Amino acid sequence: MSTYELRCRECGRTYGVQPLSVCEECFSPLEVAYDLEYARTRFTRERISEGPASMWRYRALLPVAEDYLPQTPSGFTPLVAAPRLAGRIGARNLYIKNDAVCMPTLSFKDRVVAVALANAQAFGFDTVGCSSTGNLANAVAAHAARLGLKTYILVPADLEPAKILNTQVYGATLVRVEGNYDHVNRLSTQIADRYNWGFVNVNLRPYYAEGSKTVGFEIAEQLGWRLPDNVVVPMAGGSLITKIRKAFKELVALGLVADKSVRFFGAQATGCSPIAKAVKNGTDVIEPQRPHTIARSLAIGNPADGIYAARAIRETGGWAEDVSDVEIVSAIQELAETEGIFTETAGGVTTAVTARLYAHGRIQPDELTVTCITGNGLKTTDVLHGAYDQSQAIRPRLADFENFVEEHTAVEAFSLSDR
Amino acid sequence: MSVRVLLPNAFQKHTNNVREIASTAANLPELVNEIEGRFPALRPHLRGEDGQIRRFINFYVNEEDIRFLGNEKYSFQDGDEVLVIPSIAGGSC
Repeated sequence: MSTYELRCRECGRTYGVQPLSVCEECFSPLEVAYDLEYARTRFTRERISEGPASMWRYRALLPVAEDYLPQTPSGFTPLVAAPRLAGRIGARNLYIKNDAVCMPTLSFKDRVVAVALANAQAFGFDTVGCSSTGNLANAVAAHAARLGLKTYILVPADLEPAKILNTQVYGATLVRVEGNYDHVNRLSTQIADRYNWGFVNVNLRPYYAEGSKTVGFEIAEQLGWRLPDNVVVPMAGGSLITKIRKAFKELVALGLVADKSVRFFGAQATGCSPIAKAVKNGTDVIEPQRPHTIARSLAIGNPADGIYAARAIRETGGWAEDVSDVEIVSAIQELAETEGIFTETAGGVTTAVTARLYAHGRIQPDELTVTCITGNGLKTTDVLHGAYDQSQAIRPRLADFENFVEEHTAVEAFSLSDR
Repeated sequence: MSVRVLLPNAFQKHTNNVREIASTAANLPELVNEIEGRFPALRPHLRGEDGQIRRFINFYVNEEDIRFLGNEKYSFQDGDEVLVIPSIAGGSC
């Protein structure tokens, strides 16, 4: 008997362990449920601390076989105090969960793909695929290369060049599709119906989504086995925010952390904000949108888990905000300048939303708040094009350098007096 | 006037493995009624206890979400391809 099984999120029907994501009875999404009593003896602080410095230290609450040998040490990314950013935005107890340095492809998608492809292998698929806004494509391509799996990866045709290159380099078969992510996603669903492949965000979705929980497990462990007051999470399909909450609930249920109410805050770009809009309107109904934002990795107009994300926010007393493209770029710069963390556009969204939540008094300065950075800025450098002047080259002479410093100091003094 | 309707794998248990039908329905409510008439076993799965179509079921017309076209008010055109997707694939973020 397995220690976990698939269960319908709406009607509760169970389906064992198989590559399936939709309930045959009510067509609602399936989720992995665990035998928590069994996990109680295996998922302890001691056993976790003896585990590897990766997300696999939490494997007892991940949907993989007990003897599964992980191939890639994803996860266990830094949780860092962010005092300088905090000072700028009126916070006093702010932490950043930095998945911009998640291995091997520099986004939190490495976590979900690690779990998805472990299951693809267990189910005997020789080909895996996904629909992606970029980061997932990178992660699937890299992990599949390491596992020797064939890949078909579908992306919107106009995706950022870096994300396309970062997929192709692993030898993946990349299919560029005319349209936005929602078009690509719908096609993937049809493909998964037709071909006997493991599609990480279709028939492997319940397993894949579980990988997100490790963000929550790590936050709690890295805070010294306690839960924060608030978590700020970017939302695309809406899954991550619900999985961090699930992780916290499992930790409480198994006694690894004291019970505590944690408020969940969701972040979106205004150009694609169906979940934030639903939260602000106080409704469970997610109206799809046609995305138009530079935050491509969050540009999902029809979020599969939107209803659950909105619910998690409302039930915990949190809130959702959305920010403009200009604010996103400013926040990328601000995070880099204050904390030395270069994030992609999604992280700009999260940082800008975090700042607004403090500004609007939705988060109080002394509350322990964790903001989740999910991807690396090196993948979306195009949004900073033209943001910085290229200075004139100097001759290799000390006098030239001294002149440069003098001018630079004058410019700085002028811009300071200008403020 | 006829539209082509593609049904997902998840429905096939309730449709005797029929994956595609031709329909003369004028709009979405008519189409759903027609599908239910043709496959009575599908009806309790298609609608919740409140009689409404379950919220995870999506309809697309020629690659566009029908909600962008006016949803129930949209009049099918001859040759339209209607795609039914039970639960859209998920992003993870």
